[in-house]
Amino acid sequence: MSLATFAPAVAEITLTVAVCVILLVDAFAGERRRRLTPTLTLLALVIGAALTVYYGQVSERQVLFEGMYVADPLAVVLKLAGFLFVAVALLYSRAYLENRNILRGEYYVLALTALLGIFVLISANSLLTVYLGVELLALSVYALVAFDRDSGVSAEAAMKYFVLGAIASGALLYGMSLIYGLTGTLDLGTLASQLHAPLNAGVVLGLTFIVVAVAFKLGAVPFHMWLPDVYEGAPTSVTLFIGTAPKIAYFALALRLLAQGLAGTEAQWSQMLTVLAVLTLVVGNVVALVQSNLKRMLAYSTIANVGFIVLGFVAGTPDGYAAAMYYTLVYVLVALGSFGVILLASSRGFEADRLDDYKGLHRRDPLLALVMMVLMFSTAGVPPFVGFWAKLRIFQVLWESGHLWLVILAAAMSVVGAYYYLRVIKLMYFDEPAGELPAARRELPVRLALGLNAVAVLILGLLPGPLLDLCARVIH
Amino acid sequence: MHGLLSILIWLPIAAGILVLLLGDARIGAGRWLALVASLTTLALAVPLWTHFDPGSAALQFPELAPWIPRFKAFYALGVDGISMPLIVLTAFMTVPVVIAGWSVIDMRPAQYYAAFLIMEGLMIGVFAATDALLFYFFWEAMLIPMFLIIGIWGGPRRVYATIKFFLYTFLGSVFMLAALIYMYVKAGDYSIASLQALPLTLIEQRWIFCAFLLAFAVKVPMWPVHTWLPDAHVEAPTGGSVILAAIMLKMGGYGFLRFSLPIAPDASRELDLLVIALSLIAVVYIGFVALVQQDMKKLIAYSSIAHMGFVTLGAFVVYEIVRHTGSLAGAGMGMDGAMVQMISHGLISGALFLCVGVLYDRLHSRQIADYGGVVNTMPVFASFMVLFALANAGLPGTSGFVGEFLVIIASFRASFWYALLAAVTLVLGAAYTLWLVKRVVFGPVVSPRVAGLKDLNGRETVVLGALAVAVLVVGVWPAPLLKVMQPTIQHLVSQAVASKL
Repeated sequence: MSLATFAPAVAEITLTVAVCVILLVDAFAGERRRRLTPTLTLLALVIGAALTVYYGQVSERQVLFEGMYVADPLAVVLKLAGFLFVAVALLYSRAYLENRNILRGEYYVLALTALLGIFVLISANSLLTVYLGVELLALSVYALVAFDRDSGVSAEAAMKYFVLGAIASGALLYGMSLIYGLTGTLDLGTLASQLHAPLNAGVVLGLTFIVVAVAFKLGAVPFHMWLPDVYEGAPTSVTLFIGTAPKIAYFALALRLLAQGLAGTEAQWSQMLTVLAVLTLVVGNVVALVQSNLKRMLAYSTIANVGFIVLGFVAGTPDGYAAAMYYTLVYVLVALGSFGVILLASSRGFEADRLDDYKGLHRRDPLLALVMMVLMFSTAGVPPFVGFWAKLRIFQVLWESGHLWLVILAAAMSVVGAYYYLRVIKLMYFDEPAGELPAARRELPVRLALGLNAVAVLILGLLPGPLLDLCARVIH
Repeated sequence: MHGLLSILIWLPIAAGILVLLLGDARIGAGRWLALVASLTTLALAVPLWTHFDPGSAALQFPELAPWIPRFKAFYALGVDGISMPLIVLTAFMTVPVVIAGWSVIDMRPAQYYAAFLIMEGLMIGVFAATDALLFYFFWEAMLIPMFLIIGIWGGPRRVYATIKFFLYTFLGSVFMLAALIYMYVKAGDYSIASLQALPLTLIEQRWIFCAFLLAFAVKVPMWPVHTWLPDAHVEAPTGGSVILAAIMLKMGGYGFLRFSLPIAPDASRELDLLVIALSLIAVVYIGFVALVQQDMKKLIAYSSIAHMGFVTLGAFVVYEIVRHTGSLAGAGMGMDGAMVQMISHGLISGALFLCVGVLYDRLHSRQIADYGGVVNTMPVFASFMVLFALANAGLPGTSGFVGEFLVIIASFRASFWYALLAAVTLVLGAAYTLWLVKRVVFGPVVSPRVAGLKDLNGRETVVLGALAVAVLVVGVWPAPLLKVMQPTIQHLVSQAVASKL
C-alpha cells in the first residue's frame, strides 16, 4: 500500500486533520479569540477543496481500502459541492450565531464532522461504510439542532429528530442485516452482481426497511414528520445547514444503495418509490400552502422538492439518476440562498421566521427582497432561473421511461407549489410593512455572497448546459 | 442584417437592467433611457419589415447558436409572415407605454420602466424563437414582469388579480411543456420545424392538441377560461393593460397558428368544432356581458375577449370550409382575417386602454357613471376616443373592419350560421362601444369634476395620434400587411390540412 492509494481519500483526510487541529486551537485560543475558529474552518474547507482538485481526482472508478471505499468522478464532484455549500452556509451563519451568543468552536467542529460523514457516505462501497457515514452525519446534526441549549423549542426539535432518527437508523441496520444474512456479503459491488430475479422474500423485506430509512433521511412522505418540526425548531443557521449539504449525502445514499448496490431489486424499490413520490408531491405542496412560518413553509417546500428527486430515481435509468443529481444540486443552491435571506433579515431578538415579517421587505432591504424573489421564482420552476431546468429534466426522464401519470401529477403539483412561492413575493413586494421592524443588518461580504448566489441561479438558468453535462457525465 | 433579431430581444432587456441599476434617484435619466431604448427598438424593427422578403414562406433573418447540446436545443431565431408583423407590433406598442407612464408613475418608477423594457425583449423572443424550448423559455419568463407590474402598480384588488393571472397561465403552460417534452423524446430535438414534421398517431395528436389548447386558450383567452382577464385588466396600471391586451393575448393566437395547427392537424380537424363553438360563445355571449359593464376597463376587457374570438374562429374555420366546399379556395382567408384581427386589435385595444388611462389620470375613476359630457371639456381627446371606439365596433376604413370582415366572409363559406353568429358581434360591438362613448363622451357635463377636466397634453396627443394613424392606415390600406403574410399563410393552410396519419 503506497501513499498514492490514499490520494483519492484526500478530502476525508484533510477534514479529519482539520477537525483535530480546530478542536485544539479552539480549546487553547480562549474566549477572546473566538473569531479564529470560523476563519480557520473556512480556510480548512478551501484547502480541502483545493487538495481534492489537485490530488483527489480520479479518471475512473477505483475501489480502495479492502472494498470499503469507492472513488469515482461522481464522488469528486459531490465532495466539491459539499465543500462549497458548507463553506457558504458557515459564511451566512456567523453573524446569526454571534447575535445569539452561540458562536462557539464546537459549532464549527460539528459542522466539519457532519461534512466528514457526508463524504464517507458519498464514497461508501460497503453496507458498513454506508452506516458509518449515516451515523456520523446524523449524530453531528442532532447535536447541532440542540446547539442553542437555552431554547426549549430547539431542544424539543432535537429530541424529536434524535428519537425518530434512531428508529430510522434501526430500520436501516435491520434491513442491511437481513440482506447480509441472505447474501453473505457487505460489499455493494458483490451485492449488485449477486442479487437478481427471482428474489428471495427475505431480500425484499430487507429492501423495504432500507427504503424506509432512505425515505426518512430524505424526508419523503409518510416518513417526513420530523422535518417541519426540526426546520422550525432548530436555530436558523442549523436549518440552513440541514437543508443543504446533507441533501447531497442522502442523494448519494439512495444512489449507492438502491441504484448501484441493490440494482437487482429495482423493480421492487421503484414501485415503493413511486408511491412515496406521489404522496410526497401531494402532501408537501398542499400542506405548504397553509403555513404561516417561513421556515416551516420552506420545510414543506423541501418535502415537495424531495418528491421530484425521488421521481428521478423512479425513472430508473442513468439519465434519471443524473436528473435527480442535477435537481439535488440546484435545490441545495436555492435553499442555501433562501435560508441565507432569513439569516440576514434576522437580528438580535428577532428571528424573521414568520411570513408576516417579510411584509414590505422590499422597502427595508431591496437587495434581500430581490434575491429572495429570484430564489422563489426559481423553486417555482419559472425560467429564466435554474429551477426550471431541474424540473424540465425530471419531466424528460419520466417521459423517456413512460411514466405519463407521474408527469401530469408533477406538472399539476408544480402549479400548486407556485402559489406559495408567489405568496412570499407578494408579501415582500406588494404589501406594506406592518409596523416598525428592525432594519436588516449590513454585512458586505455576506451580502455579496448572497448576491452571487442569486446571480448563479440566473446564470445557470440562462446557460444550463455545462452543469447538466457534468451531472450526466459523472453518473454514466 | 445578421443578428437583428437578437438585438431586438436583448437591447430592451439590457436597457431595462440599466434603468433598474440607475434606480429611482436618477429616474430622470432612466426615463429618457427607457424612451430612447424603446424608440431604438422600434427603429430597428423597421428594417425587419423592409428587408423581409414577402414572396417566401421560409424563416428569414435566421440565427442559430448552440445552447444546450445535451437536449439538442438551440438558440434559434427566425421570422416568417406570421411572427414578423407581431414583432413590429410589440416594438410599436411599447413606446406609447413608456410615454404614457412619464409623469404618472411616481412609485418605484425605475422598476416600472425596467419591467416593461425587459418584457418587451421577452415578448419579441417569444415571436422570434424557432426552437420550442427557447420559445417556452421566453413564454414563461414573460410572466414574471407582468406579475410584478400588476402586483406593484395595480389597483386595490391587484394581489388577487395578479396571482390569478399567474396561476391560470402557469397551469396552462406546464401542460404545454409536458407535451413539448413528449414530442422531444420522440423527435430527438426541440426545433419547431422538426416537431411540425413529426409523425404522430391520432391519439397522441389529441392529447397534444388538448395540452396546447389549455395553454393557448388561457392566453387568448377563450370562454370559459377567460375569467382572469377582466380582473387582470381592471387592476393593472394603464401600461400593463395596454401590453396585456395588445401583445400578450396575441401569443395565444400565435400559438394556435405556430403549434396546434401544424403539429396536430388531424386532431385539429377532429376537434375544430369545439374551438369554433367556444369562439362563437366568446363572440356572442361575451358581447352581451360587455354590454352590462359599469367599469370602462372591464368593458374593454370583455370586448377584447369577444374580438379575440374572431382570431380563433378564423384559424379553425379552415377545416369546415374544406369539409363543406371540398376545396382550399378561401381557406386562407380565415387565417388572413385572424392575423389582421390580431394586429388591429393590438392597436385598437391598446389605444382604448390608453384613453381610459388618460381619463383615469385626471379623475381617478374608471366608472362609466362618473363621466359624461367629456367632449365639452376635452374635445381633442373626445375625437380620438370616438375614432378608436368606431374602430372597435368595426367601422369600414379602420383596421377593425378588415379582420372581422375577412373572418366573416370565410366563415360564410363554411356555414351560413357561423357567419350569422359572428356577424352578430358587429351589432353587439357597435352597441357596447357606442353606448360607452355616448355615456362617457357625449351628453351634458355631469359633475363639476368633469367640468374641470383639462384636454390632452402634448405627450398624450402624440401617443394617441400615432395609434390613430396606424389604425387608419391598416384600415384603408391593408394590402402590404396581407402581402407579407400571404406565403406563410398558404404554407400554414397546406400544413394544417395535410394529414399526419
